[in-house]
Amino acid sequence: MNKTVNQKAWFLVLPVLALVAFNAIIPLMTVVNYSVQETFGDNTFFWAGVLWFEEILRSERFHASLGRQLFFTFSILAIEIPLGVIIALAMPRKGIWVSVCLVLMAMPLLIPWNVVGAMWNIFALPDIGLLGKMLNGMGIDYNFTRQPVAAWATLIAMDVWHWTSLVVLLAYAGLVSIPDAYYQAAKIDGASSWAIFRYIQLPKMKRVLTIAILLRFMDSFNIYTEPFVLTGGGPGNSTTLLSIDLVKLALGQFDLGPAAAMSLIYFLVILLLSWVFYTLMMRNEEQ
Amino acid sequence: MAKITLSNLRHSYLQNPKDDADWALKKLDLEWDDGGAYALLGPSGCGKTTLLNLISGLLTASHGQILFDDQDVSLLPPDKRHIAQVFQFPVVYDTMTVYDNLAFPLRNRGIDEGTVDRRVREVADMTDLTSMLTRRASKLTADGKQKISLGRGMVRTDVNAILFDEPLTVIDPHLKFQLRSKLKELHDRVNRTMIYVTHDQTEALTFADKVVVMNMGEVVQIGTPVDLFERPQHTFVGHFIGSPGMNVIPCEIHDGQAHLSGQRLETVNKSSASTTGAEIGIRPEFISFSDHGLPVKVVKVSDSGRFNIVEANCDGYKIKLLLEEGAPIPSEDAKIKFDPSSTRIYVDGWLSGLEGTV
Repeated sequence: MNKTVNQKAWFLVLPVLALVAFNAIIPLMTVVNYSVQETFGDNTFFWAGVLWFEEILRSERFHASLGRQLFFTFSILAIEIPLGVIIALAMPRKGIWVSVCLVLMAMPLLIPWNVVGAMWNIFALPDIGLLGKMLNGMGIDYNFTRQPVAAWATLIAMDVWHWTSLVVLLAYAGLVSIPDAYYQAAKIDGASSWAIFRYIQLPKMKRVLTIAILLRFMDSFNIYTEPFVLTGGGPGNSTTLLSIDLVKLALGQFDLGPAAAMSLIYFLVILLLSWVFYTLMMRNEEQ
Repeated sequence: MAKITLSNLRHSYLQNPKDDADWALKKLDLEWDDGGAYALLGPSGCGKTTLLNLISGLLTASHGQILFDDQDVSLLPPDKRHIAQVFQFPVVYDTMTVYDNLAFPLRNRGIDEGTVDRRVREVADMTDLTSMLTRRASKLTADGKQKISLGRGMVRTDVNAILFDEPLTVIDPHLKFQLRSKLKELHDRVNRTMIYVTHDQTEALTFADKVVVMNMGEVVQIGTPVDLFERPQHTFVGHFIGSPGMNVIPCEIHDGQAHLSGQRLETVNKSSASTTGAEIGIRPEFISFSDHGLPVKVVKVSDSGRFNIVEANCDGYKIKLLLEEGAPIPSEDAKIKFDPSSTRIYVDGWLSGLEGTV
């Protein structure tokens, strides 16, 4: 068979290429460019080599925010994934309550991020907020604007409230796709509900949970708006996550070189951890 | 091991069934002997899977009783009934090895590992799974997975019956035959009651000692494969079993005798004098061309290998004949003869009167 070769087709790819270049490649390369240079203003730049990378990797400030970031991400994963699965298991499988539950679950996901931050900020204010006032009324000394522990607790509660639904919806989708025959066979085999969960539901949810973990991992590692609106990184630096720190460095101090180097390291950390997660979770499939 | 008795069993998926169509399973009385091989045969939606799920306890019947030996199990959950069931689509526990899959029903019942190991190896040997015991169950082919499902049923020593719900649906055709022979062989070996649901007459007739034919939620006939073929109790059985199915031709009744095209027909049974809606049922195998008899017009001949299927027209009704290859086939006008010992009168679908009334 003779195939017509027509190189003109490449022109059809051009618009996409231009778009990607403008919104991804060019900004990324600009960052790379900044990361290896030093500037004293006036738009004059000097070669700095890997100086900024060394500085960032050795900086205690970066270590501290990376540590906080990891703590935040793993805390919310440790809560949201099991909680999401439990809620999905408890949701009805048929009847009118299915849609009611699904809509309720989807609600938090529809709220703009800075609104979530503002809502929780007001909700948790110790003098006028419903939550803050109530906790203090119960005799618990709670003030997230002063106490690091309270700030962390509020931050994690907010993320759990906002994002557990996503895990629930994914896990639920996984659950309803399990054919009835599996449950029937398990009943006949005399399996306990734990065994049904362990050997049928969990393995069948594996793929969607992998997606849920990856999404939540990447999203929480990049999180900026909600903690910025809620605590602004405070009190002190106690809730300064990587992204907040980066913005302080780049826009607050206007240290373009170090900020660019930090961005690239930040990006590589996410890439590396996502890859590790994915490989670990998919390892069994390969065997 | 038990005799299974169904008495006055009815089931509806609706809360308040009103008319006949609301019942997935109309009134049913049946007895299945211990250790028998039975098949439930019928078209899709005839209620056979419902019946199977009622027996295994996945469904609870709206009315009636199910007895295993003399114990009423109607309200017991599946695991208390000691039933094994193999489903249409193979169910295996993906993350477990074949060995763990087979051991699962025993471990759930808290049986000691020594016994588990012995039983698993025995069953693996019977189902040809020994070489795959350490492999992940999810890596097996469909027929391998179906063997695991079957093995999980056989591994328990207390199983009253093994139920099969169209177990060969997803199996490749060339493996179907193998697996079917394996089932038959296993039945002879373990001597457990096996109930096999299918819509495939070949599967039912080769597997079972006794076949229960169902249609529209009721049992139309229970009998050996030979019974079903030679003495259908209902035109449905005649249609459904055999290829091509039984000829069913509307006829007139005079003095209890069937008349077709003005000719009186010799039949096995009689009908009451003034019946309407009577039909003649005769299998294509028992009709032959003859010098005198019913005048017909040959319409079509199709070659199906060892046989020729001849389609003839008699007074506007289609009649099929099955002739051995090489037998002479007249063209156009001809006369045909029915074998009287295989010609029956049916009224409203059911075999009329009593046999032997000729």
